[in-house]
Amino acid sequence: MATRQSKLFNKHKLFERHTFVLLLGILVVVAIGGLIEIVPLFYLKNTIEKVEGMRPYTPLELAGQNIYIREGCNTCHSQMIRPLRDEVERYGHYSLAAESMYDHPFQWGSKRTGPDLARVGGKYSDDWHRDHLINPRALVPESIMPPYAFLAGRTLDLSTIQDQMRTLQFEGVPYTTPMIDAALDNTMAQAGGDYDVEALRKSYDGIAGRDGTVPVRNFDGMDGAPTELDALIAYLQMLGTLVDFKTYEAGDLSNRR
Amino acid sequence: MAAAFSRERIDVSTFAVGFLMLVVLILSFSGVANAADHAFRAHAFIFLLASAIGLAGLLGWHELSERQPRFDKTFYEESIVKAGIAATMFWGIAGFLVGLIIALQLTFPTLFYFPELGWTNFGRLRPLHTSAVIFAFGGNALIATSFYVVQRTCRTRLAGGMWPWFVFWGYQLFIVIAATGYLMGVTQSKEYAEPEWYADIWLTIVWVTYLAVFVATILRRKEPHIYVANWFYLAFIVTIALLHVVNSLSIPINLAGSRSVSVFSGVQSALIQWWYGHNAVGFFLTAGFLAIMYYFIPKRIERPVWSYRLSIVHFWSLIFIYIWAGPHHLHYTALPQWAQTLGMTFSIMLWMPSWGGMINGLMTLSGAWDKLRTDPVVRMLVVSVAFYGMATFEGPVMSVREVNALSHYTDWGIGHVHSGALGWVGFVTFGALYCMTQWVWKRDRLYSNALVEWHFWIATIGIVLYITSMWVSGIMEGLMWRAYNEFGFLEYSFIETVSAKHISYIIRALGGGLYLTGALIMVYNLVRTARGDVPAGERRRSGATPAIQPAE
Repeated sequence: MATRQSKLFNKHKLFERHTFVLLLGILVVVAIGGLIEIVPLFYLKNTIEKVEGMRPYTPLELAGQNIYIREGCNTCHSQMIRPLRDEVERYGHYSLAAESMYDHPFQWGSKRTGPDLARVGGKYSDDWHRDHLINPRALVPESIMPPYAFLAGRTLDLSTIQDQMRTLQFEGVPYTTPMIDAALDNTMAQAGGDYDVEALRKSYDGIAGRDGTVPVRNFDGMDGAPTELDALIAYLQMLGTLVDFKTYEAGDLSNRR
Repeated sequence: MAAAFSRERIDVSTFAVGFLMLVVLILSFSGVANAADHAFRAHAFIFLLASAIGLAGLLGWHELSERQPRFDKTFYEESIVKAGIAATMFWGIAGFLVGLIIALQLTFPTLFYFPELGWTNFGRLRPLHTSAVIFAFGGNALIATSFYVVQRTCRTRLAGGMWPWFVFWGYQLFIVIAATGYLMGVTQSKEYAEPEWYADIWLTIVWVTYLAVFVATILRRKEPHIYVANWFYLAFIVTIALLHVVNSLSIPINLAGSRSVSVFSGVQSALIQWWYGHNAVGFFLTAGFLAIMYYFIPKRIERPVWSYRLSIVHFWSLIFIYIWAGPHHLHYTALPQWAQTLGMTFSIMLWMPSWGGMINGLMTLSGAWDKLRTDPVVRMLVVSVAFYGMATFEGPVMSVREVNALSHYTDWGIGHVHSGALGWVGFVTFGALYCMTQWVWKRDRLYSNALVEWHFWIATIGIVLYITSMWVSGIMEGLMWRAYNEFGFLEYSFIETVSAKHISYIIRALGGGLYLTGALIMVYNLVRTARGDVPAGERRRSGATPAIQPAE
């Protein structure tokens, strides 16, 4: 027994004496787990549920998500409600994979220093969000959230939003070329400007398959060009509102994973 | 001038690095000129400045240096290790300081937030803290120690001439780009992989060079066997390259802009990110630092590694099993349950190879346990291994779905990573820094062992305060979130769970402050050691006749 063992360990010389054998051995060993776990997610059809109501972000919401990412909101806020009794009661229906399929990358987060935001859309008024973002402690005295007053003073920079939509389109997000061309008009329209609201609704409600998925108003309540605050509030107000849960059957076999 | 550039004087590696710098110079010039946004212009300017300084430095070194032959193979390359020690200390202090600041922000928001200075908000400083400690402090420690260890265990000079210096300075440039990026809001939002596409490409170039330098040095070795520490370093370098490249795949929306869009979305991007994220822990913070353990503990106590066979078994099982563990970050999420279960299963199995490493490190002290009492540096190294054992037990426990239901999203996770980061990574690095500073500057001893004692105890108390306060606040908030009252309603609003953590946050900040204080003491001690200073009280004694050695 002992000799058989030492013979086995002697074979390890092969790795210890040959640099590239060791290197190759390491590569093979570390590749296996990742391949087995990751690759099936791209071809197993039931990885993402079939739902009704999902659509890509409007340009204003996308700009809002950019600000959400820029400010690192994801470091303290998750967007992933787990199917646990207290979470479903506190935040709403548990999150589906389909709900983040247009997020490049996902915004699930890993820490709840603040509450989950997956379904914050429509829970508070625009005024609440504006006042809360400007000074969180004005509304919630014990809050430890940073103040974002500077967002109100910054005009929204839309110079690269069409580039971003084009890249997302290339990566499979169902933006159409007319939607990208209309991005700037659509943004002004959604932020309450005197632009063609019907064109905006037609494009995005069309993909969602139902009416009323695009809230249109002056989100920050201030006159003038859309600000970063407009975009961020527009993004927050649509989070978790797209999927039509009246048509989603959680118990259906195809949705059990 | 022509004579100065004569053929025998030109060093090929210096020329090649210079050429690369020239390419960077031209690209960054074009970047400054065509930038689509301010952040990209600022970063292109930093690249421009760095490549210009690099080129000037190379030219100056090449033409003015009197050292002939260059990169003399009969000597070890030690100046790069010295530079690495300095960089590790600098970034360590910076990272701990930012950590303390963000801990104070969460504790006293009215004092530490500045409404008009958006770049000082928690969301921007938090990635600055994590990257500074993991990649700047930890990364420099790994580069410095790996360059030190690979030369000695292969008994040859570092290969590649000027290339190791490209790795060192190129890595510092990556850190500066990443850090300034976070402050300007340039981020991909993926934890521990926040830097944008151009920083990612730059890091890939630097990292592949690092791999090439390391492999070339091993190929040049004068020992038949590759020492165990080098297996771990190699696994760390090559796997990090793989993880970084795959997880960073993204398409820039504009070749002169700072924003890119990840190729992956939703659930796939989540799993790839945590495959990356957990193996940044597994290969950067574990395999790499185990390599440090496998060299510095045996060397410091002058004993061989306890078990050769255990090192083989735990090496291969560790790297095989670690790579599966990522999905335990995604329990109860929209990730399919089969993947969650695989992640949990392998995370629990991971306990064994982790403890294999711990046992091999601790048992190396067999017969030399007295050194724990007499050499505070040994104590620091050994306690780091103990913290490693603790964190790698806590990890598998937290990866169990039912435990994770409570611990996920809470401060327990923060406490867990800090017992690993402060206790294991920090202490093993401090131990290695104490050893290397003494050895590369050729000193008989450290400036002050008493200061090492102070560092050890202050930092240990800091860690204990940190971990226990986070256990309390994490478990408390997890329980409060799920608490129901007698009528069947949720007992607490979210904000009540926030204010309940205030005391824990004060204690956490205190612990972090102590840890920073300990590190500052170390920096002072190491600087004095490098300068060759001897404490005032001991100067007289050192001049006296040596003490009589007791007969044995």
